[in-house]
Amino acid sequence: MLPLISFRAIAPGMALAATACLLLLLDLLPTRGRKDHLAVVGLAGVVLSMILSLGLWGSDERAFNGMVRLDGFALFFNLVIGFATGLVLLLSIDYLRRQGMESGEFYILVLFSAVGMTLMAGAGDLIVIFLGLEVMSLSLYVLAGWFEGRLEAGEASMKYFLLGAFASGFFLYGIALIFGATGSTNLDRIAVAVAGGAARDPLLIIGFGLLVAGFGFKISSVPFHMWTADVYQGAPTSVTALIATGSKAAAFAALLRVLLSALRTVQPDWAVLFWGLAVLSMTAGNVVALAQQNIKRMLAYSSIAHAGYILVGVVAGGALGGGGVLFYLLVYTFTTAGAFGVILLLERDGREAVAVSDLAGLATRHPVLALTFSVFLLSLVGIPPTAGFVGKFYLFGAAVRTGYVWLAVIGVVNSAIAAYYYLRLIVFMYMREPEGSPTVLVPSLPAGLALAVALWGVVQLGVLPAPFLDLAQAAVIPLLR
Amino acid sequence: MGSVIAFWILAALVVGSAVGLVVRRNPIHGALFLVVNLGGVAALYLMMHAEFLAAAQVIVYAGAIAVLFVFAIMVLIPGKEETGPDPLRAQRWLAVPLGGFLALEIALVLRSTVFTTSRSPATVPGGVEAVGRLLFTDYLFPFEVTSFLLLAALIGVMALTKRKAS
Amino acid sequence: MTDAVDAFVAGFIVLSAVVGVVTYVTLLERKFAARMQSRIGPYRVGPHGLLQPIADALKLLMKEDIVPRLADRVVYNLAPIVFLIPGMLIFATIPFAPGLGVADLNIGILFFLAVSAMEIVGLFMAGWGSNNKYALLSAMRAVNQIISYDLPFIFTALVPVLLAGSLRLSDIATAQAGLWFVFYPVIGQLAFAAFIITTLAAENRVPFDILEAESELVAGFRVEYSGMKFALIQLGEYAHMVGTSFLGALLFLGAWAGPGPAWLGPVWFLLKAMGVFLLVTWVRWSFVRIRVDQILAISWKLLLPLSLLLLMATALVVVLRSGPGV
Repeated sequence: MLPLISFRAIAPGMALAATACLLLLLDLLPTRGRKDHLAVVGLAGVVLSMILSLGLWGSDERAFNGMVRLDGFALFFNLVIGFATGLVLLLSIDYLRRQGMESGEFYILVLFSAVGMTLMAGAGDLIVIFLGLEVMSLSLYVLAGWFEGRLEAGEASMKYFLLGAFASGFFLYGIALIFGATGSTNLDRIAVAVAGGAARDPLLIIGFGLLVAGFGFKISSVPFHMWTADVYQGAPTSVTALIATGSKAAAFAALLRVLLSALRTVQPDWAVLFWGLAVLSMTAGNVVALAQQNIKRMLAYSSIAHAGYILVGVVAGGALGGGGVLFYLLVYTFTTAGAFGVILLLERDGREAVAVSDLAGLATRHPVLALTFSVFLLSLVGIPPTAGFVGKFYLFGAAVRTGYVWLAVIGVVNSAIAAYYYLRLIVFMYMREPEGSPTVLVPSLPAGLALAVALWGVVQLGVLPAPFLDLAQAAVIPLLR
Repeated sequence: MGSVIAFWILAALVVGSAVGLVVRRNPIHGALFLVVNLGGVAALYLMMHAEFLAAAQVIVYAGAIAVLFVFAIMVLIPGKEETGPDPLRAQRWLAVPLGGFLALEIALVLRSTVFTTSRSPATVPGGVEAVGRLLFTDYLFPFEVTSFLLLAALIGVMALTKRKAS
Repeated sequence: MTDAVDAFVAGFIVLSAVVGVVTYVTLLERKFAARMQSRIGPYRVGPHGLLQPIADALKLLMKEDIVPRLADRVVYNLAPIVFLIPGMLIFATIPFAPGLGVADLNIGILFFLAVSAMEIVGLFMAGWGSNNKYALLSAMRAVNQIISYDLPFIFTALVPVLLAGSLRLSDIATAQAGLWFVFYPVIGQLAFAAFIITTLAAENRVPFDILEAESELVAGFRVEYSGMKFALIQLGEYAHMVGTSFLGALLFLGAWAGPGPAWLGPVWFLLKAMGVFLLVTWVRWSFVRIRVDQILAISWKLLLPLSLLLLMATALVVVLRSGPGV
């Protein structure tokens, strides 16, 4: 029998996919090398997808034989992914031209990866999660090595590809074992099987462990984080922003859905595992970040640490923890895209200014930009009234309320450690005198717009978080039924 | 009885070729072991009456992908690769206890698992018609997404090679 | 147990027949080529040169077996066998008459295509193992070409499958009882033409024989082989050609259908297969070799899209004729 074919259920993703295909055709038009219009059309597609997500708000349905779910959870993540993709498109326009690497395929691949992310967010079946993961990853592998001929770009692309393929292999093997233990790849049916006693099946446990390895790679949690710093450093900065925000959000979406809907009945068991991963990620990420002199590498280790913070919310689980995770991912998307956006605008001696020392004296030369960067950094530290504070507050609050007091304490201690290296950047900007040639700001209207949106997000979510928190918590509810 | 013997022969072939693939230093030999391995897996599918899967496995993997592997290896000129001193030599010593631990873990799991064959292989539809029906009904969505995945891969390859040429 | 014995006996008979046919096909080709060039061809050994193939085989068997000193010995020695096995196995699923064949699998044609695609492994091993630049270049060209032509080959072979509605070769044969697929309006002729072209390419015959282009690569991947191993490679190559000819006769020319009593079926089948073989040979001796890039361009830019379109058109025709299915 044919399954329920519901274009409604996949409308946001379809909008992105259709835009990507449209761009493929538009790319053929002769435009004397200018590709801006592709980014603009792509942006329109992203906005359309977000409008569709908002329009579908409140629906809760399954389609394609349970392969796809349209619920608040998926829609919330569609918005997060939409913000991430849109910001990245805006940031890329002038940046790529500056680097002499402008090409239509870049925007097309960004949209393709966004399609993969929405697939992961709305997947009701492990197979769809895997396919979404692959669509997203394949595009990102290529994007990471976009700066042809640069040594770090080759390293980034190669490392990301090889390790990513390895992680995919683990993931797929995990799916196979879970299928062996429960007889299905559908999350609902796995939930039934787990509740019916398959939870003690060693096959399921191993399969789930392999699945965690696959997810762990994508969210760059310790000990699956080895690629993060090199890839973040070698990839074009706008792509780094996409890897740090969109792909991480999508991986967390799929992970959370698997945990909360398929394995909810055995939460105490997996909570222990993620407790360990969270502590390792937070601590290792923050400690190693202390020693970094390259801002992109520093932000890479910071992103590992943030994966740890978010895992705290995963451990807490339930509407409280899950809602905290969703909210934090939204916050993190704005903050990180903004931080990378600032770096991408800076140049020194004709190359990208990515060393910490390049920031010296920035506040006197470009006070607005320095202030913007400071806001993003403060949000990463988690200082009120920025969004980062609210996000962390709710994550750690959920941990405390569900009884993981020690985890929250470790998280807070880690935030204190992290403050050192974030604040060091601010110190460089405001209190150091530059040596040698000055760092210059390369003005760009679209990138400025992106920074404005990101700044709005960080301030809005920091000052008036309540409506968004309610949305995030409401989005998790369908998973818990 | 005959099928049991055949299974063990094939299993030995598959595992042996997999070991050969990892152990051989000559990458071409490794790739040829991969062909043997994929062919052996196809034979195992055949034993489970999944004829279509077996044929597809041979056409796609052993026939095309493995040969492309060999081709790629050949173009990269094996033997000329840079094999300086291993910078992570210490990790090799870590690998032994960790690998042993993993093997022990797997052995324990295998011991404690009760393998049940709820459905005997012969009754599970593995024919072309059954696979085709499943692909266009239950698995319609993944099937279509797969085509999208291939499109993404294609564009990625184009993007990589096109810029190299210019 | 009797099943196993039956299969063994059937396999033995078919193998012997195949080796015999394949041996004499070489004579057929030489005679045919000679006639095309106004020569007589082999004439000395036996009446009208009929014993020539046997003389050739004996000569090859007695030649010295040479292994190059720097060859990759294991790969070099295994290659002829690996090359030969697919050439023999493809005959396993071909029904020579209703109920007369080794194994009439329900995925017959897929089995044929899968096994036939494995030929490249042996070819590659020969090219690599010889440690000879000509052999290696030849193997690289072969991989390029065979990978490129596999897809159109499979797609055109699927046209009769769609028309017959089955992957079982005997079903495809019986489905042509009324009308041979080659006479099916438009689709049949196009598919047959595409099949012949892709067959030429898959068998590396002129005009697609860049992998053994004598003027550049001496003898291609088999340049270092001699004696028995050379004979095995030749046998494998001709077996593959004959097998594909049988497939063509089965897919498009109605297999064993023909006038006369039923026992004449296999004879008709053999005649048709030889007809396909001679068609290929005719092309071989009439055309000039084309360049590598042209070969690849023909496959990817012309044959692949066209064969896909053809397949879609066929599917449309089938649906329109039989009404929408389930």
